[in-house]
Amino acid sequence: MSLLKIEDIHVFYGAIHAIKGISFEVNEDEIVTLIGANGAGKSTTLNTIAGLLKPRSGKISFDGKDLSAIHTHKIVSQGMALCPEGRRIFQQMTVRENLEMGGYTRPKTEIPASLDEMFQRFPRLKEREKQIAGTLSGGEQQMLAMARALMSKPKLLMLDEPSMGLAPILVEQIFDIIKELHAAGVTILLVEQNAQMALSVADRAYVLETGKISMEGPADELLHNDAVRKAYLGS
Amino acid sequence: MITFLSYLCSGISLGSIYAIIALGYSMVYGIAKMLNFAHGDVIMIGAYICFCATQYWGMAPITSVVVAMVVCTLLGVVIERLAYKPLRAASSLAVLITAIGMSYLLQNSALLIWGANPKSFPSVVSIGSISLFDGQLLISGETIVTVLANIVIMIALTLFTGKTKLGKAMRVVSEDKGAAELMGINVNATISLTFAIGSALAAIAGVLLCSAYPALTPTTGSMPGIKAFTAAVFGGIGSIPGALIGGLLLGVIEILGKAYVSTELGDAFVFAVLIVVLLVKPTGLLGKKVHEKV
Repeated sequence: MSLLKIEDIHVFYGAIHAIKGISFEVNEDEIVTLIGANGAGKSTTLNTIAGLLKPRSGKISFDGKDLSAIHTHKIVSQGMALCPEGRRIFQQMTVRENLEMGGYTRPKTEIPASLDEMFQRFPRLKEREKQIAGTLSGGEQQMLAMARALMSKPKLLMLDEPSMGLAPILVEQIFDIIKELHAAGVTILLVEQNAQMALSVADRAYVLETGKISMEGPADELLHNDAVRKAYLGS
Repeated sequence: MITFLSYLCSGISLGSIYAIIALGYSMVYGIAKMLNFAHGDVIMIGAYICFCATQYWGMAPITSVVVAMVVCTLLGVVIERLAYKPLRAASSLAVLITAIGMSYLLQNSALLIWGANPKSFPSVVSIGSISLFDGQLLISGETIVTVLANIVIMIALTLFTGKTKLGKAMRVVSEDKGAAELMGINVNATISLTFAIGSALAAIAGVLLCSAYPALTPTTGSMPGIKAFTAAVFGGIGSIPGALIGGLLLGVIEILGKAYVSTELGDAFVFAVLIVVLLVKPTGLLGKKVHEKV
């Protein structure tokens, strides 16, 4: 069953037509990835789904509901969380406070259990619980950003460039976590420039090219597709 | 020595008022990234409402203060909704000019309603003064109440922003509006709340100011407003303890400057200090370094 369905959305930045009518869907329990070059519109797509940008036309439905009439701040309580590009953790707050803000829409009584869960999944965050988030390393900040998004108990987790700026060993770690989350039943929409890694964990993939979907299919098929290999995998 | 202490007390009292006004400036700047130059005039409106409540509507001083706070809170929220919210995506210069326009609108509305003649504001403080050193040093009731009010407000706001969910939401919105929205925080409501708190504080400041300096005119708020803005920048705009320290220092410098250097140059002295601080430490005394996001 499709959890997220995008139908022919167009998004503009002022006069710039950034997304030119794309449609795709994410089914429950899938990992779907959007790959593409810098500026193809990957982040724009995620920001539009999360409500930070409004599409000029087209329809976004999530869990059977049309999202266009819902305020941005209410979208998270529908069961969708975006872990944004560049992490955007709250630099001046502690690790714990960041996580608490992630659970902003949930009842206070459920927060301690979720915090424990996050500290179990991300032991490094437990060690750094009281530390100011701005002082964490890049990898730790990425984990914090993911944990913060998970604090809302989303049905759909959207990850925007989780591997950006990280050392290869940390990239491996982040992708291991993505696989674990998937195994735990979280549906994931992943945007990545690291197409190799993204295609190796995903079930299905869409290739974005200057605001349009140019290719789609099962991830392992795209991984072996000549055109994709040439354009995005460097071989 | 006693004279110095008495000047110091006046300075702390005036500085406490500046600090309370500076808080409003600072909080609004922190969250909406705009300088609300109409803030000083909200103070004046608060004082007029309190004046009317005690003189014309026969209310007790404390009730009058509450009425002034309620009116100013509503006024602040309405100003934000009507004048600033539509400009959320506009250039900061457009917002600044709007704020200056709003300031004149409030002053001229007051002129229309209450006229240009100064009203003699009756003090809302009924406690007597304390005399120290065999009556050589007199600390007025107004001074005591002002300093206490300042302390209570600072503690309350520090606890609010540090411990409560709404307060933390305010900090988050001031750091990154988009990320705040992703957490499910209603950014517009949080900005309204900030204006509400800042304006309620402005009402308190207006009442305290006019209790100490009783001549109330439509321009009563503008000079203290500008000085409180100076205090906020001086202490580090966006910071609660910064507003406190900036306000107190400014009040003390102003009074001591007037007393020992020159009465006429007292205000010039205040702004000279600001210039020096900004040359040495552009973020203000307690200001944080702002990291520009790429």
